[in-house]
Amino acid sequence: MREYSYFIPLPLQAATMAEEVKLFGKWISPFSRRIEVALKLKGVEYEYIEEDLVNKSPALLNYNPVHKKIPVLVHNGKPIAESLVIMEYIDETWKHNPILPIDPFEKAMARFWAKFIDDKFWAIWPAVKKALTSGGEKEREEGIEEAQLHLNTLETQLKEKKFFGGERLGFVEISASLIIWIVVSQEVMGVEILTQEKFPALHKLTQKFVEDDVFKQCVPPWEPLVAYFKAQLGALAASK
Amino acid sequence: MAEENKVKLHGVWASPYVKRVEIALKIKGIPYEFAEEDLVNKSQLLLQYNPVHKKVPVLIHNGKPICESLVILEYIDETWKNGPLLLPQDPYKRAKVHFWTSFVEKELLENVHLVVRSEGGEQEKAIKVVFEKLKLLEEGLKDLFQGETHHIDGENMGILDIVLCSLFGAHKAQEEVLGVKFIDPEKFPLLSSWVTAFIEAAVVKELGPPHEKLVAVYQFLRQKTLQASAA
Repeated sequence: MREYSYFIPLPLQAATMAEEVKLFGKWISPFSRRIEVALKLKGVEYEYIEEDLVNKSPALLNYNPVHKKIPVLVHNGKPIAESLVIMEYIDETWKHNPILPIDPFEKAMARFWAKFIDDKFWAIWPAVKKALTSGGEKEREEGIEEAQLHLNTLETQLKEKKFFGGERLGFVEISASLIIWIVVSQEVMGVEILTQEKFPALHKLTQKFVEDDVFKQCVPPWEPLVAYFKAQLGALAASK
Repeated sequence: MAEENKVKLHGVWASPYVKRVEIALKIKGIPYEFAEEDLVNKSQLLLQYNPVHKKVPVLIHNGKPICESLVILEYIDETWKNGPLLLPQDPYKRAKVHFWTSFVEKELLENVHLVVRSEGGEQEKAIKVVFEKLKLLEEGLKDLFQGETHHIDGENMGILDIVLCSLFGAHKAQEEVLGVKFIDPEKFPLLSSWVTAFIEAAVVKELGPPHEKLVAVYQFLRQKTLQASAA
C-alpha cells in the first residue's frame, strides 16, 4: 500500500499557553474520523497526528498505554481515549454547538443508540468482510445475509425515527457515520449489501453525511480509500 | 408520590446490572417501586419498554423507559442533582471515570464471565486474561486517585465503584465456586481495599444478595457449563 499522507489542509494548532489540542488518529479509521467531525463542529483547532499502527509511536503508547489504540485526544497534555468517551469530553469542554441533547432523557436515548450502533458495527463488519472477500458463492451469500440481518435492525429503528433527532449532526449521527465504510467497501468489491432498495433510510442517511458541510471534510478522500480497500480486501480475497 | 415523578425499576434479584441501578437509586435517596421480572416468560410491559434488547434493568421515570444500566446510571445522576454525585464534574476526571468504567465493562466483565462459562484450557486462558486486566486496572486506579485515598461509604460511591461492585462484590462467592482468587490484596492492594470498602458500605449490605445466595447463583452457572460440555 502506498504511503498515505493526510492531505486535507487542517489549521495547525499554534502552540499557545491557552489551548493545545492534538488528535492521534488513522485516516482510514471511522472512529478517528468521528472525533474530527466533533472537533470541526465545535470549531476547535487541533493538530492531527497520523499513526502507523504497525509501528506505533512512543507518544501513542505513552498516551494510551492500556489499549495502544487510536483515536486519542490530548488536550493540554492530558490524554483521553475511546471514541465515545472522547466525544462526550469534547461536548463538555467546548459547550457551544452541543452534540448531545441537553435534556437528560434525550441524552440517555442518544447514548443508548450510539452504543447500539457501535455494538452492531462489530457484528456487521466481520459479516461484510466475509461477504466481500470469500472465495465461494455460499460463503459470500452467508456473509451478505448476516450483514443484512444486522443492518435491518438499524434500518427499522431509523425508519421509526427513534434516533437521528434533528437536521444537523449530533451524537448519534456522528456515531452512525461508520456505515459509510460499508457503503464504500461494497462498491469497491462490487458486492451489494447495503442497497437503496432494501435499506432506503440508511441509504438516505449516508447521502446526508456526504452532503453535510462539516462531515464531507472528514470523509476519507475517495481514491486513496478505494486503493486501500482494494489492497486490503483484495489481499484477503486472494488468500482464500 | 406524584404520578409524574414515579420511578419504577424492572429487574431480577440475581442480576448485577440491576443491582447497579438499585445502588444508585439508594445513594441518591430516590424512592422507587421494584418490579421483579420473569426472564423466561418476559412480561408484555418489559417487551414494550425494551423492544430492542428485551432485557433488564429498565428504569421507568415519568412514564418513559430508559435501558442499559450505564445509560441509566448517568440519567439518574443528571436528573437528581440533589445528593451525592455519581460522576465528577470536571470533564477530564469524568472522561477518566468513563474510560475505566468502559474498561471494566468490556475487558474485565466478559472475561470473568468466560471463566465461569468455560473449562480446561479455555478457562485457564480466561483466568490469565483476567489477571492481566486486573493489573492494568490496579495501575489505572493509582493514576485515577494519584495519592488521594478513595473513601467509600454509602454516600460516596460513584459509577466506577458501582460497576466494580457489581462485578467483584461477589468475589468471595466467585472464589468459593471457581477456586480462583481475583481480589488478591498482595497482587492488587488498591483494588482489594476498594472492593472490601464497598462490600462493607451500608447501601450495598442492605441490597444483598447475601453470600449464600451468591454462591448458589455461581454454582448454578457453573453446573450449567459443566453439564453442557458433558452432554
